Amino acid sequence: MLKSRHALKTLAASAIVAGMLSAPAAAQDTIKVGILHSLSGTMAISETTLKDVMLMLIDEQNKKGGLLGKKLEAVVVDPASNWPLFAEKARQLISQDKVAATFGCWTSVSRKSVLPVFEELNGILFYPVQYEGEESSRNVFYTGAAPNQQAIPAVDYLMSKDGGEVKRWVLAGTDYVYPRTTNKILETYLKSKGVAQEDIMINYTPFGHSDWQSIVSEIKKFGSAGKKTAVVSTINGDANVPFYKELGNQGVKATDIPVVAFSVGEEELAGVDTKPLVGHLAAWNYFMSGDTPDNKAFIEKWKAYTKNPKRVTNDPMEAHVIGFAMWVKAVEKAGTTAPDAVIDALIGVSVPNLSGGYSAMMPNHHITKPVLIGEIQADGQFETVWKTPGLVVGDEWSDFLPDSKDLISDWRKPLSCGNFNVKTGKCGGKAS
Amino acid sequence: MKRAAFLLLLALAVLVPRPSFAQDIEAAINALGQGSFNERTSAANALAQTGDQRAVPVLKALGDRELYLRKADNKVFIGRTVSGTVTLIDPVTGKEAGVSTGGDIEGVKVNNALRRTIEALLGGLTLLSSDPAVRRDAATAMFNQPDPEALGTLDAAIAKETDPAIKAKMDEARAAAVLKSSRPDAEKIAAVKILGARGDQASLSLLQNLEASAQGDLKAAAAEAIEDVSGALALWNNVQNLWYGISLGSVLLLAAIGLAITFGVMGVINMAHGEMVMIGAYTTFFVQELFRAHAPEAFDYSLFVALPAAFAVAGLVGIAMERGIIRFLYGRPLETLLATWGISLMLQQTVRSLFGPSNREVGTPSWMSGTVEITNGLTLTSNRIAIVVFTAIVFIALMLVMRFTRFGLQMRAVTQNRPMANSVGIRSGWVDAMTFGLGSAIAGVAGVALSQIDNVSPNLGQSYIIDSFLVVVFGGVGNLWGTLVGAMSLGILNKFLEPWAGAVLGKILILVMVILFIQRRPRGLFALKGRSVEA
Repeated sequence: MLKSRHALKTLAASAIVAGMLSAPAAAQDTIKVGILHSLSGTMAISETTLKDVMLMLIDEQNKKGGLLGKKLEAVVVDPASNWPLFAEKARQLISQDKVAATFGCWTSVSRKSVLPVFEELNGILFYPVQYEGEESSRNVFYTGAAPNQQAIPAVDYLMSKDGGEVKRWVLAGTDYVYPRTTNKILETYLKSKGVAQEDIMINYTPFGHSDWQSIVSEIKKFGSAGKKTAVVSTINGDANVPFYKELGNQGVKATDIPVVAFSVGEEELAGVDTKPLVGHLAAWNYFMSGDTPDNKAFIEKWKAYTKNPKRVTNDPMEAHVIGFAMWVKAVEKAGTTAPDAVIDALIGVSVPNLSGGYSAMMPNHHITKPVLIGEIQADGQFETVWKTPGLVVGDEWSDFLPDSKDLISDWRKPLSCGNFNVKTGKCGGKAS
Repeated sequence: MKRAAFLLLLALAVLVPRPSFAQDIEAAINALGQGSFNERTSAANALAQTGDQRAVPVLKALGDRELYLRKADNKVFIGRTVSGTVTLIDPVTGKEAGVSTGGDIEGVKVNNALRRTIEALLGGLTLLSSDPAVRRDAATAMFNQPDPEALGTLDAAIAKETDPAIKAKMDEARAAAVLKSSRPDAEKIAAVKILGARGDQASLSLLQNLEASAQGDLKAAAAEAIEDVSGALALWNNVQNLWYGISLGSVLLLAAIGLAITFGVMGVINMAHGEMVMIGAYTTFFVQELFRAHAPEAFDYSLFVALPAAFAVAGLVGIAMERGIIRFLYGRPLETLLATWGISLMLQQTVRSLFGPSNREVGTPSWMSGTVEITNGLTLTSNRIAIVVFTAIVFIALMLVMRFTRFGLQMRAVTQNRPMANSVGIRSGWVDAMTFGLGSAIAGVAGVALSQIDNVSPNLGQSYIIDSFLVVVFGGVGNLWGTLVGAMSLGILNKFLEPWAGAVLGKILILVMVILFIQRRPRGLFALKGRSVEA
């Protein structure tokens, strides 16, 4: 009896000691990484893949021995394509889960909804999708393309001899902030290149628009005025499949009226028979067909990780690969995951991208990228037909909008300003 | 160095037209494999200029991206790919020249500019082909890209042509080329007449371009032709809008008709109706996958198998829903609304977990692809025609079932007066389950049709649920004719508003009109009269 009581005591004591040792150890054992992508609702179609790619990258980093000697731990939340819920989940990630950095958002409205949360709680967000620009936050790192890294080079290509010397333009988009801003920038840009007002047709459709008969026939009509015509499409998400199906059915061929899209990648084409669409274009900073060893290795890993030999990769996935590598490098450079140190360390970090070069984080929290124009092939892939000669620096405040042409962003000290007006020399303020 | 040699050879091939010499055409073909898109466009031109018929398969292969460059000796071959292995065919001799699994060969890239050139060149080269279909395509290609230099070829082809329909196409191609040439005005006026008779959008743009630069009689002739053509086109435009409206209306009708039964006849606010449509679409995908795996040659008939399958699957899910949940909630519309909405979310997430969140590819059978040309001003797409016909069949079949079968009679009896139906021996519980099952099954069948024009994704149903309720409420609850008239009028109204107000504003206007209409007539277009109204 005595003996057993003694044993009990020892057990209890050792349990307390073990508890004291392990409790703080468990809290410090891992570095938490937040993943804020919709896994249900309308945006799940695009965002689920990004969650998977983040899990794969974190897994891989842990196999390499983690970061700063600690394991990484993914915290996945589901904001369910519900914009206010994005803000709630972001708050939960930063203040409850104490994540070191968050990778997430797709639509601009979801980013706008979490922005105040990240600024208030001093978190770090990596945003992987091409967007309309006109924003620069100290707490957000934009690894997707700004308009000058996607829209403007695409239009330049179509105006060139290789692209068919297009003279007449249809700007077709879904009715929300990204297409509207992009089209505003493009309209100004086209006019500055001498395109007349009557040669520009702008058309907006609601989210998930599915009956494209009249619009495609209108485009056809607009395109048969004797001048070479192209469609610049900022149509988003689900509306693309019926749009492309209607183009194919009405026989609008790429050789007559090419369509260049900014929101259609390999994932979106997975649900379409692309044979009637061969030759239509997309502008991105990455294509799955890119012929580099890094890219091939990445695709192999991705297929093995998802256990699906048919899985495709796309541009926002590459943006997360770049963003994650940059964050890892910056944390190593800073020696800590403390947000202020990492935010400062991130500027200037340069990591290899998957199209065979290096991408660097610039002082405006945007990255350098090559711009590629690809044509859709019969197998649902893109073939690169044109590429910018060098890397393009993301321009957050467009030079083609009157409100933003005098603004710059530079988060290095001592300026540390997201909207510095070079005319007035003041931080914070529009040009007017 | 090598490239310079090729260019030299190429130059020789152009300068010395001796098409019979094998090495000339070989060099011209090999030149396609290298250089910028611009250089290769001129190489394609040079190849076509040899006039050698062996250039035809080469250019075709280039356009279809079936041309390969052997890296070892920079020779260009036509490749036939079968499951990852490329069989190389020598373009000069037409013999097989080994196989490759990639690595040592490289596909020759094409862009749109090059594709356009190839189309026009092939038109010129195949204008004298012995196959009438090829000649027709050639004439169409030459009309689309009129080239004054091809007038000689066209004249020769027209002189030889015996088929009057193809000859007419060639005449049009010739007219288009004449307008661009420096031929005398008299000849151009004849060409204007030909194009005016053709009377489509493409002719109109050619004529407008001419009018801008022409003078005197020619200008007058062009102006006259433009007036005729645009008048006719404006008329056809209205016909086309009407057709688009009918086609949109039939899609709305198809989506709403199942709801007209579950909501209209039974009074169940079924928020999961859209998910029944989605289940039908996924059944189509599943059936097509089976066809792809086991009987790819019969793929064109896959939809005929998918139809009964979708009917059965969605019907069974519907019966299960009614027996499991909804029958406990009759007479409690708010609870029904919440419960069915919950079911819809569960069904969506189940499908998302089973099939993944991204779109699934549902193929279009060849008989549903392409367009049917009614006149030069009006072309209809085959898939829309098929859907309009299919909707009509479903609607008529449903009316017949309701009107002439024993089940239809029982259904109407239960709807109109449940206690009386019970007392004459109808098992009203069973009739409820079957009615709900029928409504769901028809939604499933609608899913088969909608999979042909929309995304097959877990969200498919959501995009139709609001429109479906709109149609049923607007048409008058409980009346299938009301649903038909409601769907058609909303569809046609929408398509006449859209070109004028834009898609976004058009949709808003429609909603405002429906709200005003419901204010005036709360029971919709065709209000039910009699006992069931009070029930």
